[in-house]
Amino acid sequence: MGVLIETRHLKKYFATAKGQLHAVDDVTFTIAEGSTMGVVGESGCGKSTLGRTLIHLLESTDGQILYRGKDVTHLNRRELAKLRHKMQIIFQDPNSSLDPRKTIESTIREPMKLSGRYSKDEINDRVDELMELVGVDRRMRRAYPHELDGGRRQRVGIARALAMSPEFIVCDEPVSALDVSIQAQILNLLQDLQEKRNLTYLFVTHDMSVVRHLADNICVMYLGQVVEICPAKEIFKTPLHPYTKTLLSAIPSTDLKNQPKRIITRGEITSPIDPKPGCRFASRCPYFSPGCELPQQLSEVCPGHFTACCKVRDLNALPAANVTA
Amino acid sequence: METKKENKLLLSVRDLTVNYETKDETVHAVNGVSFDLNYGESIGLVGETGAGKTTIARSILRILPTPPAKLVRGEVTFDGHNLYQISEEEMRQIRGGRISMVFQDPMTALNPVKRVGWQIAEGIRYHEGLDQKQADEKAVEMLKLVGISPDRFREYPHQFSGGMKQRVVLAIALACNPDLLIADEPTSALDVTIQAQVLEMIEDLQRHRNTAMIMITHDFGVVAKSCNKVAVVYAGEIIEYGAIEQVFERPMHPYTVGLFGAIPNLTTDVDRLTPIPGAPPDPTDLPGGCKFLPRCPHATEQCKRPVPAYTMADGHQCRCNLYADEAKPVAAAQAAET
Repeated sequence: MGVLIETRHLKKYFATAKGQLHAVDDVTFTIAEGSTMGVVGESGCGKSTLGRTLIHLLESTDGQILYRGKDVTHLNRRELAKLRHKMQIIFQDPNSSLDPRKTIESTIREPMKLSGRYSKDEINDRVDELMELVGVDRRMRRAYPHELDGGRRQRVGIARALAMSPEFIVCDEPVSALDVSIQAQILNLLQDLQEKRNLTYLFVTHDMSVVRHLADNICVMYLGQVVEICPAKEIFKTPLHPYTKTLLSAIPSTDLKNQPKRIITRGEITSPIDPKPGCRFASRCPYFSPGCELPQQLSEVCPGHFTACCKVRDLNALPAANVTA
Repeated sequence: METKKENKLLLSVRDLTVNYETKDETVHAVNGVSFDLNYGESIGLVGETGAGKTTIARSILRILPTPPAKLVRGEVTFDGHNLYQISEEEMRQIRGGRISMVFQDPMTALNPVKRVGWQIAEGIRYHEGLDQKQADEKAVEMLKLVGISPDRFREYPHQFSGGMKQRVVLAIALACNPDLLIADEPTSALDVTIQAQVLEMIEDLQRHRNTAMIMITHDFGVVAKSCNKVAVVYAGEIIEYGAIEQVFERPMHPYTVGLFGAIPNLTTDVDRLTPIPGAPPDPTDLPGGCKFLPRCPHATEQCKRPVPAYTMADGHQCRCNLYADEAKPVAAAQAAET
């Protein structure tokens, strides 16, 4: 599995009246082809902005995005149009991401029409094919979004994302607006599509159990920064960063005998506008101590397990780092 | 200190049936719901969007807009009073005083042009007959209780974060020491770490004040954390009812079983989830027998007729014919008793 997409020190700041809002701040990671990277964190941590910056829906402020090893951070319109075919997005709320005045078929058809790559007949056949692929009955071709239930609407959103045969899809909370019984249907569909088409996903969600189920790797964000990144199963077994531990301990479990012992945090998320240089979780961290006010580097603590906390070895009783570099 | 009234019945809902009637159609929102709640107990109403959970809660408080809502049948008895036979004035004494409600979205539950302190004191003034100064003092106490600094007494809702707004709403709801708190998805709009803070606070307050609670949610995890009984609601019916250990350890109704199979779990691995096929029925056109019939893997001819709620030996109730035999000896025993 080669690397499909890579970011290096990616930053996205928004200028606000109060100062620079650091929505995505120095994010570096790679996603292997055909794998799923789960991005988790609380609202406002920059996970959606990260997804949107990756596929150029937002212009990055600084840093690099590499696609199949090629720098695609700055592209002209024509190059960007080509790249967009390869990168698509599925939005959270199918009620607002579908045009209420367009029929299902014209929604799915639109990207193909715009690309100018297909003839009318081809487009027609492909709409049929896509609808079958995502499990929406062909009779619904002429229906409008309001005639469909939430699950079917999200299926149409998925069909539209697949229309240009993309390689990389950002799934931005694709199931959080759906009821649980429908959620499972959509999650299974996304899994099947990945297998069939060798898709690579960036799966943005706040739901840890969903991401555990789907992702190969998980990246935990807090106020624009990645605090921990590692294989999915590992984060649930051995979370290392204090924030990750806090987050996991806050999830109410359905297992009556194994209720998590909650780690109490003080206060709420601080402001992402012109943050101080040190660890951004410091003000709420139960293990705050001198050293935390310095900038934290993401470093490999165990093989494949990266975390940005200077206290991580002490807190988790891990052996000291081999000083090789 | 008040005496403990733990095993005393506080609320009894019997055969509650509510429709929304318009010129063109009738939505059967709640269809014969019955449950009991003792002082200090908490029940979770779990179900999907449109199952009728919120309608149940609102009809207890008599705050459904009528029309279109219409109470077709049923009784709500609160501490001996039939809430549908008392006057609106008496109901107002109960509402916000002895029964209070926390709504899902704290952004819309608060008045944006009134200071939060004033909003907390409002109910206290009305229900406890205190003057402005005394009410303000009590409101400050309430703010402290929910972990907000009294310095913020004179601030407006927009100056608070989502979690803090929900705590203000909670302070309002608890200000008059209610006997029953109805919480309608109180944490769905909040992040998990904030959700945990709010749930813990509700739990604490409930323990100290012996408040009974109806928690409406779609999240089994929230129920596990904060309730001792659970009722699973589907298409306006309670299809399963029991102590939370009973329902979580042995979900009986195919819908409940399906729900548990459809949620990805934090501790066990599955390659694929098992979704429940299809979608909930149209509430304007419900199936005559079992409401889950079109989606059920165990459906039989018998299910086309109305299904009673079967009670097992341990009190666990389930509205599914699969358990008719298991329930029979109990039914026979009950018949023998009477």
